[in-house]
Amino acid sequence: MKQTIYMDNAATTPVKSEVLNEMLPMFKDNFGNPSTIYKTGKTAREKVEIARNHVANALGAEKNEIFFTSCGTESDNWAIKGVALEGLKNGKNHIITSKIEHHAVLHTTEFLEKHGFEVTYLNVDENGLINPEDVKNAITDKTCLVSIMYANNEIGTIQPIEKIGKICREKHVIFHTDAVQAVGHIPIDVKAQNIDLLSLSAHKFGGPKGTGALFIKKGVKITNFMHGGAQESKKRAGTENTAGIVGLGKAIEIACTDINIKSGKLAKKRDKLIHELLKISHSRLNGDPIKRLPGNVNISFEGIEGESLLLFLDMAGICASSGSACTSGSLDPSHVLLAIGLPHEIAHGSLRLSLSEENTDEEIDYVIEQVKKIVEKLRSMSPLWEKIIKKS
Amino acid sequence: MYSEKVMDHFSNPRNVGEIENADGIGEVGNPKCGDIMKMYLKIDSGIITDVKFKTFGCGAAIATSSMATELIKGKSIEEALKVTNKAVLEALDGLPPVKIHCSVLAEQAIKAALADYYIKKGIDPTPIVGEYSKDCHGACSCEK
Repeated sequence: MKQTIYMDNAATTPVKSEVLNEMLPMFKDNFGNPSTIYKTGKTAREKVEIARNHVANALGAEKNEIFFTSCGTESDNWAIKGVALEGLKNGKNHIITSKIEHHAVLHTTEFLEKHGFEVTYLNVDENGLINPEDVKNAITDKTCLVSIMYANNEIGTIQPIEKIGKICREKHVIFHTDAVQAVGHIPIDVKAQNIDLLSLSAHKFGGPKGTGALFIKKGVKITNFMHGGAQESKKRAGTENTAGIVGLGKAIEIACTDINIKSGKLAKKRDKLIHELLKISHSRLNGDPIKRLPGNVNISFEGIEGESLLLFLDMAGICASSGSACTSGSLDPSHVLLAIGLPHEIAHGSLRLSLSEENTDEEIDYVIEQVKKIVEKLRSMSPLWEKIIKKS
Repeated sequence: MYSEKVMDHFSNPRNVGEIENADGIGEVGNPKCGDIMKMYLKIDSGIITDVKFKTFGCGAAIATSSMATELIKGKSIEEALKVTNKAVLEALDGLPPVKIHCSVLAEQAIKAALADYYIKKGIDPTPIVGEYSKDCHGACSCEK
């Protein structure tokens, strides 16, 4: 068994060697500013445009619909605030989103609420799914934007994006999706799925941190977010992070090659892990069992607290994540787990394992063994577990 | 994020378990907030001769429980009542700010167990043990 088993790929992924190899020349030989006319600058420009092509191909978009940003959070901020400001020009001040969005979306809409916007936060069902009919019913003549995440970062639930997109298209409302967890893991087609804006982040699929992109469908009106130079077709100022962009391009190209085959293989590993961990008594799977990201496992174990579990897993060389309050810096458990109806005490005892194709069968077996051992140990010293056992 | 001492008491907690026919049992915390501490005391002639605990909670909750039991084991009731959350904190070389409430909970657990000891003897614990909270004193949203 190698020393560290990394199963927190939804948090971030290591940069792939092929990606790093493409990036390195951008720091030295091709260091030039892409806005210049001499060789090193022209080469940098060419490389940036190749990357833009890769992103467009991965999404089924046009090249001039892809805009590079500094991260997924910036893409979300730009999409939401940019469309909201345009909406306001036409007296539209209503936004629809969901209760299980990433904070990059939720804190942005909360900010807009303070500035006169009205926001509808749609409920999800017990598997974390949004009912497209709820979107339809929430749309008013004041609605300027619907923002629904493609797949959830904690519980892995994949939303009915195509249906939501169709409703928005019919109602002439702009549709944004935060696809940070989905891009590079499951196939996406912005045209077929009626997506107007899509956020993505390179470090979630083998690219570098500090680079993201926003897809903006041609014709969608959006106010600029970063003001300054004429970069990104005058829509997003700031000298391009050329190495990051080249890394994003290479990473998305690799991730989206044979994506269906890879995602099928990964889902098999995921299902084995879920199947084995659910053998632990008083455990439950969070998120939809089928409409689920291929690498996502999220399970709650009653009677234990998530941070303790993570600390023991770390001692066993396993990197994982939890929806427990204690790992988030606040004292409340994850808003996503609460939104799917988990009681606080069960939400505190949740574990997220996010796999990549690098994870071997041996690693999965070892993680199953360790989780079982640690849950048993923590339960043996838990007064809450005592009560649960007495009740059942 | 945690000191070596915290990690030591978390990974090898002292005095874990229960005491049959304990002279005093105290339970504090709330499952909604993610921590419950239950402390068992054996008391002989005013001396805490044995102490055990069970805790549901984060690394800090387990470590503070363990340290609190160590600080009162073999001590007189008077000495045990003087163990404050600060004493637990110092003995653990500190905790991250968001975890300070765990040390408060440990102090409350000692007080709750001693109060139970007096109640079992038919003595009003309030003048001896003083006021203490069984909940999490607003550290989380359960009381909101």
